[in-house]
Amino acid sequence: MTTPRPTHAPAAPAEPTRPHTTTEPTATTGPTDWPLWEVFVRSRRGLSHTHAGSLHAPDAQMALRNARDLYTRRSEGVSLWVVPSTQITASSPDEKDTFFEPAGDKPYRHPTFYEIPEGVHHL
Amino acid sequence: MTPHPTTPALPLGDDALILSHRLGEWAGNAPVLEEEVALANIALDLLGQARILLSLAGDEDELAYLREERHFRNVQLVEQPNGDFAHTIARQLYFSTYQELLYDHLATTDTPLTPLAGKAVKETAYHRDHATQWTLRLGDGTDESHTRMQRALDALWRFTGELFDPVDGLDDVPWQTLRDEWTTRITSALERATLTVPAGPRHGAWTAGGGRQGLHTEPFGRLLAEMQHLHRSHPGATW
Amino acid sequence: MTTIAPEDTGQEALFDATIAADERIEPRDWMPDDYRASLVRQIAQHAHSEIIGMQPEANWITRAPSLRRKAILMAKVQDEAGHGLYLYSAAETLGTGRDELLDKLHTGRQKYSSIFNYPTLTWADVGAIGWLVDGAAITNQVPLCRCSYGPYARAMVRICKEESFHQRQGYELLLTLSRGTETQHAMAQDAIDRWWWPSLMMFGPPDDESAHSAQSMAWKIKRHSNDELRQRFVDICVPQAETLGLTLPDPDLRWNEERGHWDFGPIDWTEFREVLKGNGPCNDERIGRRRRAHQEGAWVREAAAAHAAKHPAHPPHAGTDQEEAAR
Repeated sequence: MTTPRPTHAPAAPAEPTRPHTTTEPTATTGPTDWPLWEVFVRSRRGLSHTHAGSLHAPDAQMALRNARDLYTRRSEGVSLWVVPSTQITASSPDEKDTFFEPAGDKPYRHPTFYEIPEGVHHL
Repeated sequence: MTPHPTTPALPLGDDALILSHRLGEWAGNAPVLEEEVALANIALDLLGQARILLSLAGDEDELAYLREERHFRNVQLVEQPNGDFAHTIARQLYFSTYQELLYDHLATTDTPLTPLAGKAVKETAYHRDHATQWTLRLGDGTDESHTRMQRALDALWRFTGELFDPVDGLDDVPWQTLRDEWTTRITSALERATLTVPAGPRHGAWTAGGGRQGLHTEPFGRLLAEMQHLHRSHPGATW
Repeated sequence: MTTIAPEDTGQEALFDATIAADERIEPRDWMPDDYRASLVRQIAQHAHSEIIGMQPEANWITRAPSLRRKAILMAKVQDEAGHGLYLYSAAETLGTGRDELLDKLHTGRQKYSSIFNYPTLTWADVGAIGWLVDGAAITNQVPLCRCSYGPYARAMVRICKEESFHQRQGYELLLTLSRGTETQHAMAQDAIDRWWWPSLMMFGPPDDESAHSAQSMAWKIKRHSNDELRQRFVDICVPQAETLGLTLPDPDLRWNEERGHWDFGPIDWTEFREVLKGNGPCNDERIGRRRRAHQEGAWVREAAAAHAAKHPAHPPHAGTDQEEAAR
């Protein structure tokens, strides 16, 4: 994990921008605002961590504590992740078709694709 | 009304009540929004502890709102004004380190306070962690924050001796051991934060036992005036 | 900001189709500049309202008349800070940093809800804010849970869930006062008399004078008009006031069989505009205090940033969770 440079690094929008070019404006922080962190909460054992939102913190330790105070004060969680927003690489909406459409025409990946005679169980 | 001087729930409840009140004064004034939420969490934990403890000693509202200043048994440390954020953190560090040690001990013994202590010690450990984290960042942050933090630690140091004055009804607590352990922990926290353990006396010469005997500092009267005014203006009313 | 011309890419058509299909726009989608600007303005104003809105209630934390009420009030004011944070976080997904938004608040370039420029004079005001101000806010906010912009809608879902206790505690507080001593009852009535009309103004100017309404409705940022929501609120409040044993300060309030709604008297929009312009009872105090807290906190924020720069990457407890994340 790279260390966020609180005083100089530009903060990424909470939903990350693409590493190369972007059509979005990038936010700039003022001289004292802390970097942005994305917070993921596991609401109970057996479930995955889910994105809950973001917050500002000077470093990872404080980000964890702020996340605890902000996102779990009604017992919403049993475990937390915090990730510097700048460290997330996201797929781009422009790539939506090339990324996700090819998966659309492969129905044989799903069990409902197959016909099974009535009376066959445990399959 | 009759105070309950022999119930240890009263002095410990007063500590929690008054510190919670002071932290409540931060609402809307915190240095950053995330800290609004953090300080309120601590204040709410303490208020919860206060309500349980005062209810062990009598009626929580009667005790909070209808006692005179001389009947409050809290240590003087918790009534000290918030000052700047460094003062609040120094007060939190001194007090939560003490409270964690005390509750840790009470949680393992068999007293009427044991159930409360068992639950509260987890809250208190978090409060201590919060104070320690901030002490580290203020002490080892900028020159200004270092100066402010050291000044706050020095200013509140004289109120820390009283923390280990025996409390009536808690006769089995090894106060001297707690005090030594407290000093060890505070020293380690301050050293990590590049701060100096204050050298001054830990008891004001004039305090004569201080808060636990109902002797308080001047800001406390104003705190009570504000806290009790509305309740006292409507005798017998329900809220 | 470079925006690819929509006609070149068909992105505008995609945006329009997404809105038409009642699906959500997400942060990295192409969106019209005005849509983005509208959202930033609305979400920021909403976030600012939560933060400024802490002040009138925090005014009573240290004087709350019972420990139970004190705990409730502290938790509520804390929630408002939390809601402000959720909303700033939603606004930041649009590319505007929180520092910039706070700066705009502090310099008066962005607004917050005018209701918070009224003073809390008695304890009953805490109840009136819970019942009427939060009630009006909830009426406004529930439809926002279906707002076309994903992060805003998600923040609103969380906020609405948490706010349900805010309104109830206010109502319960007023009910206790109304059924209490004569002085307490009078205190509650006085608070309602002062907060009723400003609460109705919270829905904004009438539809025919509302500058942004039509476009916001078309974009599904807004789902109902100001007047619709205001009427809905009045209809909800009238029977609730009756149960409280308190009266709403409007001699024209009467049931209209034909409309199936309560008719209510004219709103003094001059007052609304004056408060909006900065001439309300507490405008200077509210902004002044916010600015002071921010300035006085600067050395703290700088200290933590400096500490982080001095001590790069002491990774948190590396272990099972990180391993799991890597899998």
